[in-house]
Amino acid sequence: MNGAQDIVRALIGMEIHVELGTATKMFCRCRNSFGDRPNTNVCPVCLGMPGVLPVMNRQAVEYSIKVGLALKCRVPNFCKWDRKNYYYPDLPKNYQISQYDLPLSAEGSIEIPLEDGRYKKIRIIRAHLEEDAGKNIHDNPTHTAIDLNRTGVPLLEIVSQPDMNSASEVMAYAQTMHRLVRWLGVSQANMQMGHMRFEPNINLEITRNKKTYKTPIVEVKNLNSFRALRNTVAYEIDRQYEQWQVDPSGYAMDKMGKQNRGYDDASGRTVYQREKEEAHDYRYLPDPDLVPVIVADQWRDEIAASIGELPLARRQRYMADFGMTFKEADALTQEPATGDLLDRAINKGADPKRCVNLLLGKGAAIANEQVCSIAEIGLTDDHLAELAKMLASGDVNATAAERIFSKMLGGEQGPRAIAEAEGLLAVTDTNAIEAWVEQALSANPQAVEEVKSGGKKQTKVLGYLMGQVMQKSRGAAPPTEVQKLLRAKLGL
Amino acid sequence: MTDVLGMTLTELRDEIASGSISSQQATKVYLDVVEEREPQVSAFREVLADRALTRAAEVDDERQAGKDAGPLAGVPIAVKDNLCTPFGRTTCSSKILANFKAPYMSTAVGKLVDAGAVILGKTNMDEFAMGSSTENSGFGATRNPWDLNRVPGGSSGGSATAVASRMCAAALGSDTGGSIRQPAAFCGVAGLKPTYGRVSRYGLVAYGSSLDQIGPITHDVADCALLTQVISGHDPRDSTSLTADVPDLPAAINAPPGSLRIGLPKEFYSDALDVEINAAIHKAADTLAQTGAQLVEISLPHSRIDRDAEGKLSSYAVACYYIVAMAEASSNLARYDGVHYGHRTSKDVEGIVEMYSKSRAEGFGQEVKRRIMLGNYTLSAGYYEAYYSKALKVRRLIKNDFDEAFKLCDVVLCPTTPTTAFQIGEKASDPLTMYLADIYTISVNLAGLPGLSLPCGLSAEGMPIGMQLIGPPLGEPVVLQVGRLFEQVSGISRLTPPIVERTGTN
Repeated sequence: MNGAQDIVRALIGMEIHVELGTATKMFCRCRNSFGDRPNTNVCPVCLGMPGVLPVMNRQAVEYSIKVGLALKCRVPNFCKWDRKNYYYPDLPKNYQISQYDLPLSAEGSIEIPLEDGRYKKIRIIRAHLEEDAGKNIHDNPTHTAIDLNRTGVPLLEIVSQPDMNSASEVMAYAQTMHRLVRWLGVSQANMQMGHMRFEPNINLEITRNKKTYKTPIVEVKNLNSFRALRNTVAYEIDRQYEQWQVDPSGYAMDKMGKQNRGYDDASGRTVYQREKEEAHDYRYLPDPDLVPVIVADQWRDEIAASIGELPLARRQRYMADFGMTFKEADALTQEPATGDLLDRAINKGADPKRCVNLLLGKGAAIANEQVCSIAEIGLTDDHLAELAKMLASGDVNATAAERIFSKMLGGEQGPRAIAEAEGLLAVTDTNAIEAWVEQALSANPQAVEEVKSGGKKQTKVLGYLMGQVMQKSRGAAPPTEVQKLLRAKLGL
Repeated sequence: MTDVLGMTLTELRDEIASGSISSQQATKVYLDVVEEREPQVSAFREVLADRALTRAAEVDDERQAGKDAGPLAGVPIAVKDNLCTPFGRTTCSSKILANFKAPYMSTAVGKLVDAGAVILGKTNMDEFAMGSSTENSGFGATRNPWDLNRVPGGSSGGSATAVASRMCAAALGSDTGGSIRQPAAFCGVAGLKPTYGRVSRYGLVAYGSSLDQIGPITHDVADCALLTQVISGHDPRDSTSLTADVPDLPAAINAPPGSLRIGLPKEFYSDALDVEINAAIHKAADTLAQTGAQLVEISLPHSRIDRDAEGKLSSYAVACYYIVAMAEASSNLARYDGVHYGHRTSKDVEGIVEMYSKSRAEGFGQEVKRRIMLGNYTLSAGYYEAYYSKALKVRRLIKNDFDEAFKLCDVVLCPTTPTTAFQIGEKASDPLTMYLADIYTISVNLAGLPGLSLPCGLSAEGMPIGMQLIGPPLGEPVVLQVGRLFEQVSGISRLTPPIVERTGTN
């Protein structure tokens, strides 16, 4: 039977691990830092030495609550710590301190943008805090090295419902979450440093001849790039459908349960991982070394008040209030500072559209060169507002504004002072413009002849003469005025 | 010379402070006794003689220079071998940690050192504090100084024996289900398990973390007050340690207790209790009543001791305790895997799982393995609700019983142990019978309360009998006051075991 009439629906849920950007680790005061010499950010506590005790990092809890509240989760007044017991060389205590039945936050949701411009709500099951493990380094054939610098780094695990149905939805979810944690300032979310890791759970619901089949859920662990995530999900959807077609009744969730596959970066595919000998039983128990976390209403309210406008709300406001396109609004809500700058400039009376054009034109280009955000290129809201106003009043033209924009970054001088010093203010004196036109025409007799004789080169040569005049005005002459005078002199 | 061995910790401290004896002289006297009696009793895992003498000389110098060397200046104290010290080894009497040198200091021992104490050595114990006889030590059993064929109790048997044998001025132990009080009772000395959280657990190698508490084993109640005072207090490194201020315990115990209500739990005086002990406890109650204290019957229904049709004893508290303690232990002891900590097998292994398995099989003793397996079992999927979860509920009921009881009385009086010290080997092959040795002490740990054991007489066979005083949370002052009162009116204190009389050093 061919699958032409099959209805295939992918069901994808995701666990995202976010390393929080606290100064110190979750349960000791070692530095939380990436890339240091192996086993230098360690102490008896994170090494799990006999007799040591963990002490909770309140900042990490606060960061986690912040994420929970931003995800519209329920943040209960009481939560506790549990031990998840399993043996692994990168886990010195052979248990991980985590949260089992009473996480810091639960039952929330987040809106993700779809390609057609609509939004979709993805439900969040829970977000709980735990300690990261160290790293096993397999770069030697005879032994495994262990680096415990990462051991005990605070790790927030955000678990979604299987509400995503395609690779592009998964990408939108991952990118929305990536932006959110950076927006909230709780993590650098640097993918290269492993600050954010994805674990999608993927299976298919296939309807054939009014009968519904479910393929086994495949979990792919530890994906640390968006590319790997997209490849994994796209590949798994195809692969599972193909495998199901071979054996529709055998390749089924109720027969095979959950499976683990690994991602192979070289081929962009997932590969079968040998089933573990037994199902994991983590033998959770409440950690007697830590007191429960009491989240008082006042503390929770303070954290909630510190959140401010979230990227989605800001994007929607920009589109509604300032008429921005989705792309413009999206580009200005990568992080909060750029939009904050824009909002302040607009509050100072600048025209939104002109501000946006400046920010996303020259501003974005410079930010791109410097590999930073637009807010970080050295622009102040006062300068932005002033320059936008000068554009609106015709005091400078767009070309001059670009030059002024570059020169005012990080400097004391405002745009008007720069324009005056550089002679970039629009010249409204017709005599001066006329003089530049005369000079250009007399310096280019051949061009004048070509224009006058008409023909197909006329427009191009006119443009050349126009450029000559603009150059003489150092960009300060209003182009419409130049054109008008030029045409008049040439008798066009 | 001043009779060092006849003194309590407090007295010796005062003598050293007055200059009538130096810390070096006192330390030498104790080291001589250790050398003489250690072959008979095996109280120590490690005697830190050179270090102790060096430290004693430092304290003497400080004192002579007119500095305040602290409330324990110069007194030689022994500590249980599950307390981490950056000197010597911390083996927990386990072969798996035979060579473990802690790179850091436990808070409790650190406080002793800061108070000027001279740490004389590390004492023997049941492996990882799992036991009631010190027979489970991976390095040989400790013997009871009252009768070398009997056990000293456990798991702090080394500390209790060292104090009773006059091998140190005082000692620290740890108590998870009775491990300070039971050996104190068996050896005829005083021992206090403070309120859970009163003493920082930082640096105490964990057994049952929600039950473990460090406390003193001493010659008398005043010494208990002094040592508890020094080691108590909040520790930022232990978030379960209590923030409440530490009262001046040595001063508090001399205050008259005022109107005092002493609760006698009716469930504890069943036929399970040894006749002589029953008589001794009632005599102690009468002694206290003669001082004006009121005796009231109280009920601790969930701590009661039952006897089944075959005559075997059982107790909710004991069952509850072993589930909670073993579950926590199974997780606490997971780190001894030969990778990071502990003995690593030298045998050929295929893969890491076999290395874990062989290393642990070789390093841990029988009782530790038993408890790890039982703990893992009770936490396993499908069993958690039936065991661990239920045990936590029972624990709550036991605690509630005490809360109710303390509405009727100020302090609870009961036996410390159901029998006096038993013979070495007598219960070694029957773990369930061994577990019942803690039948009167375990509830106190489950409820997190302070419990003091002090001698209240000798059996016909000449073995010490201990009585237990239990207080409400942070009730150390009242427990110590009543203990002190009993010592004064009964005259029973500082009992001298035969080993001390025989050698005549006293």
